Amino acid sequence: MRFVIALPFLWLGVFFLLPFALVLAIALGTNAPDSVPPVELGIGLKNFALLFTDDLYLAAWLTSLRVATTSTLVALLLGYPMAYAIARAAPERRPLLLMLVVLPFWTSFLIRVYAWMGLLDENGLLNQFLRWSGIATDPGTILGTEWAVHLGIVYAYLPFMVLPLYATLEKMDMSLLEAAADLGARPFAAFLTITLPLSLPGVVAGCLLVFIPAVGEFVIPDLLGGTETLMIGKVLWDEFFTNADWPLASAVAICLLALLVGPIALFQRQQARSLERH
Amino acid sequence: MSRVFISLLLAFAAAPAFGQGSVNVYNWSDYIAEDQLKSFTKDTGIRVNYTTYDSNEILDAKLRTGKSGYDVVVPTASPFFVRQLTAGLYRPLDKAKLKNWNNLDPEILVALAKYDPGNTHGIPWMWGTTGIGYNVAEIRKRLPDAPVDSLSMIFDPAVVSKFKDCGVMVLDSATDVFPAALKYLGLDPDSKKPDDLVKAADVVKAVRPFIRKFHSSEYINALAGGNICLAFGFSGDVFQARDRAAKAKDKQDIAYAIPKEGSLLWIDVAAIPKDAPNPANALRFLDFMLDPKVAAASSELTGYANGNKAAFALLPKDISSNPLIYPPADVRAKFYTITAGTPEQTRERTRLWTAVKTGR
Repeated sequence: MRFVIALPFLWLGVFFLLPFALVLAIALGTNAPDSVPPVELGIGLKNFALLFTDDLYLAAWLTSLRVATTSTLVALLLGYPMAYAIARAAPERRPLLLMLVVLPFWTSFLIRVYAWMGLLDENGLLNQFLRWSGIATDPGTILGTEWAVHLGIVYAYLPFMVLPLYATLEKMDMSLLEAAADLGARPFAAFLTITLPLSLPGVVAGCLLVFIPAVGEFVIPDLLGGTETLMIGKVLWDEFFTNADWPLASAVAICLLALLVGPIALFQRQQARSLERH
Repeated sequence: MSRVFISLLLAFAAAPAFGQGSVNVYNWSDYIAEDQLKSFTKDTGIRVNYTTYDSNEILDAKLRTGKSGYDVVVPTASPFFVRQLTAGLYRPLDKAKLKNWNNLDPEILVALAKYDPGNTHGIPWMWGTTGIGYNVAEIRKRLPDAPVDSLSMIFDPAVVSKFKDCGVMVLDSATDVFPAALKYLGLDPDSKKPDDLVKAADVVKAVRPFIRKFHSSEYINALAGGNICLAFGFSGDVFQARDRAAKAKDKQDIAYAIPKEGSLLWIDVAAIPKDAPNPANALRFLDFMLDPKVAAASSELTGYANGNKAAFALLPKDISSNPLIYPPADVRAKFYTITAGTPEQTRERTRLWTAVKTGR
């Protein structure tokens, strides 16, 4: 029994804590382009200082936060009705509907992002349809704009929003709604005063599961976005590969994690609380 | 101690099997005539562990991590090979053991010596130019007398603005675009003076609104699929786009032009990492790459020029007499290469580039 509990901790220790300690050690070191690996170990905060003094990094943070926040909200607005519909569907149809939500995961993430490129490009399927149907002769291109980045993130992470929402909505005690109806509440009022508050744990969980990976997203902004959408994942890539500055890249990674520790802790606390309740 | 520790833990490269009679080659995909590898093994008894990559960045990260396990790698001269060379990642070549060395093209060696003084660490493999790829029909439709063989196609706002609607892409690379912008201004493309770089940045800033994206590989598919009509990129990539477009159902006529102002020469360099496990075999493999037959067969496969003068006569006519692959002397005379610069200069340049392309 003790071994079974120790296993996940061992796993975390070896594959998360140890690498994290290394990244931290590199972040505190100095860039040494002439050695292998290109790091002079030491204890210094000048990489972090640079992150806070150069407005490039701040701008990239803010863009990442903005894009992640709007994408999360859009995913919530789309995901909530979906989860609601699945939770209220006939029990024998729910597994099928849930499978449809999860189905995209059967194809590689990267291939699905490339598929979006094929849809949104200048001569992509969307524009071909718009021209063919006569809706627009010169529709412009979505690919390479921030719209495409939002679209990609919402598409990619929507299942992470739907599943926790479904889990809370499905567990809800339906007799509460009957009681509300008996007492004269209209369906919408009942939704606002009963269903919505009860589903809040699901809302918080879903939003965090979308927000956290969206902040550090690299592939979607690189492939679907244009050049002006400067997100922190891209900055990290540039520091590591273009400048070959491992310490600064590590500092960016540490800050990214620090920024997300708040939301992650919130998620944990909320999960723990909802476990206690059941 | 701690450095060894880090190296060990960071060795994300699964080291290839080491053996007495083998050589571990890490090359670009589709970059050597693979049937020639068999004859190498037959002639020498050395087994070739041949693996491929498709980005300089991956190779760079593996070499910097240390203990990559590779004996022969083929990075692009600028900015990768030169930076790795400064970091001491390569072993000097024992030219006495390279009996085919004299097959190399002296002109390309001189250009490469800008990065590798005295040509002590690398041999030129394939080379090409940086220039303008375009969709013939779309460009003609918008600007019948477009200066397709001039940098003003990309850097003159009055010209490039005409093509905004059909799509323009430019390499996402400070070391390729700033030198070209400097060349366009008539300044030294290798200038490291902050004033000059600011001037180059201003050129790019002025045309940025008309550029759909800065990206170093996406333009291949985008040109081929008719999603953009103009790109500033590498000759080899534009040729790929052209061939792909010619095969597509919806045929697009893609062409490439070398800028008349001069073109940044790219050279892919074969070299031996400092910690190569089989350095002696690596030298024999390099000598094999210097064999005119091998270089010619590889050029036939890739459609790129090689740095092997003796191979020229063995090439099919459609490659050797193609002025875009082997340009005439007057065009070659305007080729340029740039020096590495210090790490601080690299950072400043990258920083300026990020500011320019994000419009800040």
